[in-house]
Amino acid sequence: MNHDPNDQPTASAHAEARAAAHAEESTPVATKLSRRNVLAVAGLGALAGVGARRVQGAAAGDLPHRLGVDHAHHQLGVVGKFDKSIFDPNAFLRSFNFSHLPPERRSRFYRETPRPDGTLEREYEIFAVDREIEIAPGVSFPAWTYNGEVPGPTIRATEGDRVRVRFVNQGAHPHTIHFHGWHEPEMDGSMPEHQVAPGGEFLYEFDADPYGLHLYHCHAAPLKRHIHKGLYGTFLVDPRGGRPPRGEAVDEMVMVMNAFDTNFDGGNEVYAVNTAAHFHMAEPVRVKVGQLVRIYLVNVTEFDLVNSFHLHGMFFDVFRTGTRLESLETTDNLMLCQGERAILETRFRYPGQYMFHAHQSEFAELGWMGLFEAA
Amino acid sequence: MTNHPPTSTAARPSAAKLALYGLVPVVLLVALLFVLVRTGALRALHGDAPPVEIVSVERLTLDDHGMTLQVLNDGPDPVRIAQVMVDDAYWQFTQEPAGELGRLGRATLRIPYPWVDGEAHEVVMVSATGVTFAHEIPVAVATPRPNARLVSLFALVGLYVGVLPIALGLLWYPLVRTISQGALDFVLALTVGLLLFLLVDTAHEGLEVASGIASSYQGVALFTFCAIFAFAAVEVLGAWLRGRRQQVSAAWVTALLVAIGIGLHNFGEGLAIGTAVRLGEISLGTLLIVGFMLHNTTEGLAIVAPLSKEPLRIGRLLGLGLVAGAPTIPGAWLGGFLYSGFWSAVFLAIAAGAIAQVVVEITRGVVAGRPLADLVRSAPVVAGLAAGFGVMYLTGMWIG
Repeated sequence: MNHDPNDQPTASAHAEARAAAHAEESTPVATKLSRRNVLAVAGLGALAGVGARRVQGAAAGDLPHRLGVDHAHHQLGVVGKFDKSIFDPNAFLRSFNFSHLPPERRSRFYRETPRPDGTLEREYEIFAVDREIEIAPGVSFPAWTYNGEVPGPTIRATEGDRVRVRFVNQGAHPHTIHFHGWHEPEMDGSMPEHQVAPGGEFLYEFDADPYGLHLYHCHAAPLKRHIHKGLYGTFLVDPRGGRPPRGEAVDEMVMVMNAFDTNFDGGNEVYAVNTAAHFHMAEPVRVKVGQLVRIYLVNVTEFDLVNSFHLHGMFFDVFRTGTRLESLETTDNLMLCQGERAILETRFRYPGQYMFHAHQSEFAELGWMGLFEAA
Repeated sequence: MTNHPPTSTAARPSAAKLALYGLVPVVLLVALLFVLVRTGALRALHGDAPPVEIVSVERLTLDDHGMTLQVLNDGPDPVRIAQVMVDDAYWQFTQEPAGELGRLGRATLRIPYPWVDGEAHEVVMVSATGVTFAHEIPVAVATPRPNARLVSLFALVGLYVGVLPIALGLLWYPLVRTISQGALDFVLALTVGLLLFLLVDTAHEGLEVASGIASSYQGVALFTFCAIFAFAAVEVLGAWLRGRRQQVSAAWVTALLVAIGIGLHNFGEGLAIGTAVRLGEISLGTLLIVGFMLHNTTEGLAIVAPLSKEPLRIGRLLGLGLVAGAPTIPGAWLGGFLYSGFWSAVFLAIAAGAIAQVVVEITRGVVAGRPLADLVRSAPVVAGLAAGFGVMYLTGMWIG
């Protein structure tokens, strides 16, 4: 950045061209230019310079170009640490049917009873509650939650099980739970008469069907707000006997791609998997080399039409919606529309760190980015 | 009841009593506020409304280490800046002093972001409650540092834009000395016309700057007060100078006041130029310098117009030229190196007030006992006003 302006014969011409371009674009730049704050000085010998000189900075060969900026460490990313006492993304990642809770607490929210035909009756206690959550270190969000967390608890049943969800609305607005999957219309939680008023409750009851990776979310109107405020979760149905390969320990995890509009302007300020922006950059997801890793990937991003999952240095098998046991696709970058989901399976070949993130760079840089650490 | 007016001694209380009368409401007010704040009685009024968070960026510096922002909490409630994004990417930053910003609290944010020459960026601060404060960087250029080269560059710009054109305009002095009364009326009206143009221009610029600064500074009120104060100050200065008439004639006083008004205006012009360089809004080219020179040369005519009946005093004339032109140079330095929206608004307001006073001053001179209504209808005056405004308007087009 420190060369003699006289070495730059084309500099002033360049600057003029730049100014002209600005003027034509009628950008905010152009509108800011007024009689007094535009001044042209080129052609006046020593005056040629300032802006013009800067334009040519990098081209003149004084690389490495900018900056006392430290390129050896991540400058990208949120600042500070999450308060994991409120919500621990590590625990959420591998929690199914409240498995992260100690047994006595777990039984308050989840109970299973065998039925004569060998299936289970699974009972859940789900309540809607308004709660401030932390979506980036130090940034709170006035969320509407299922059971106090976003995403809501992961519900997991086996094909043919009876699912009974007692829903209590402790929030300030009417809410519902709308499950994806086969069920009778009155269990859909979507029509005006399905809304559960504040203080009210409802029992959702249906058979888990079909097997696959589904989701549940509030369907009260206005839909966009009820979803992006945090009322969503994963509803996973396993095939009888489980997904192949059988008899092998599989490292399973749930990743819900979500986002938050903190200033309510209809666009997201924070993106993540499982709410916490850039959380797994600081605390990588630990996996074992060679072990089958299965990711239940759900997209509930609001406002943006699609989201995606990209894994570095690897490929994965895709089971769209998880409703087939054969993979029809192997890729390293999967796009999902709002509400779409897929099961991904892969094995880490080498120890080390692997980045994963949305391949929409903007989402990645706004929080949807993390690391696997294979050992 | 008697009709006697009360005697002064009986009616006027002692100084101590006066002070007491004046202080009683103030003391009671302080006591009331103390009670309200201590008992929390006002909290009931607040209810559970969300906090109102406003953060404004007072100053942005771009250098080899990235971006530095000086920010001000311009809202009624405390704000904690939790995250910073640049161009839709969360980025590392440090804040000094760290922690919450109280009302009117200031902090410096340093963001090691590799900004790109000549391109646009946007910095968004995200508060702990998720409120966002955006600051646009329309064209990123390294913030000028006051080194010898830039100091002299700005001085040279001031010389070209302020000092030289006005000096050239002063050379109309022999002309105004030789012309008839009608022609002189024309020239003086022309001067009023171009000063009116400068008044409109300065006031517009100043109000624009004033409305852009942190709302706590109440920019428009600040501008209005400073303009009125400047008007009165120049009025007082003129009266004081005329009181020393044995040394200076009334015409020279008028010329000096005109030079001061134009000088303040050109200080504002320098500020704007320096600021534009700083913000990268400037494009350096011949055309605009030429425009400024044409534009400002007529300002020299405004200074000599009142001197039609005065003998030539070269030293004084040069002095007036410097008073009118030289302030462009410190203005450019200030704008380029130490930009502050607050002080820009203040200076532009002072310039507007001073120019308004000068317009009044010259008008008084032109009228000189003649009926104003007749004068306004007279051909030379109408033509002069139109010509003065028109010349500034047309040369102003060169500058954009």
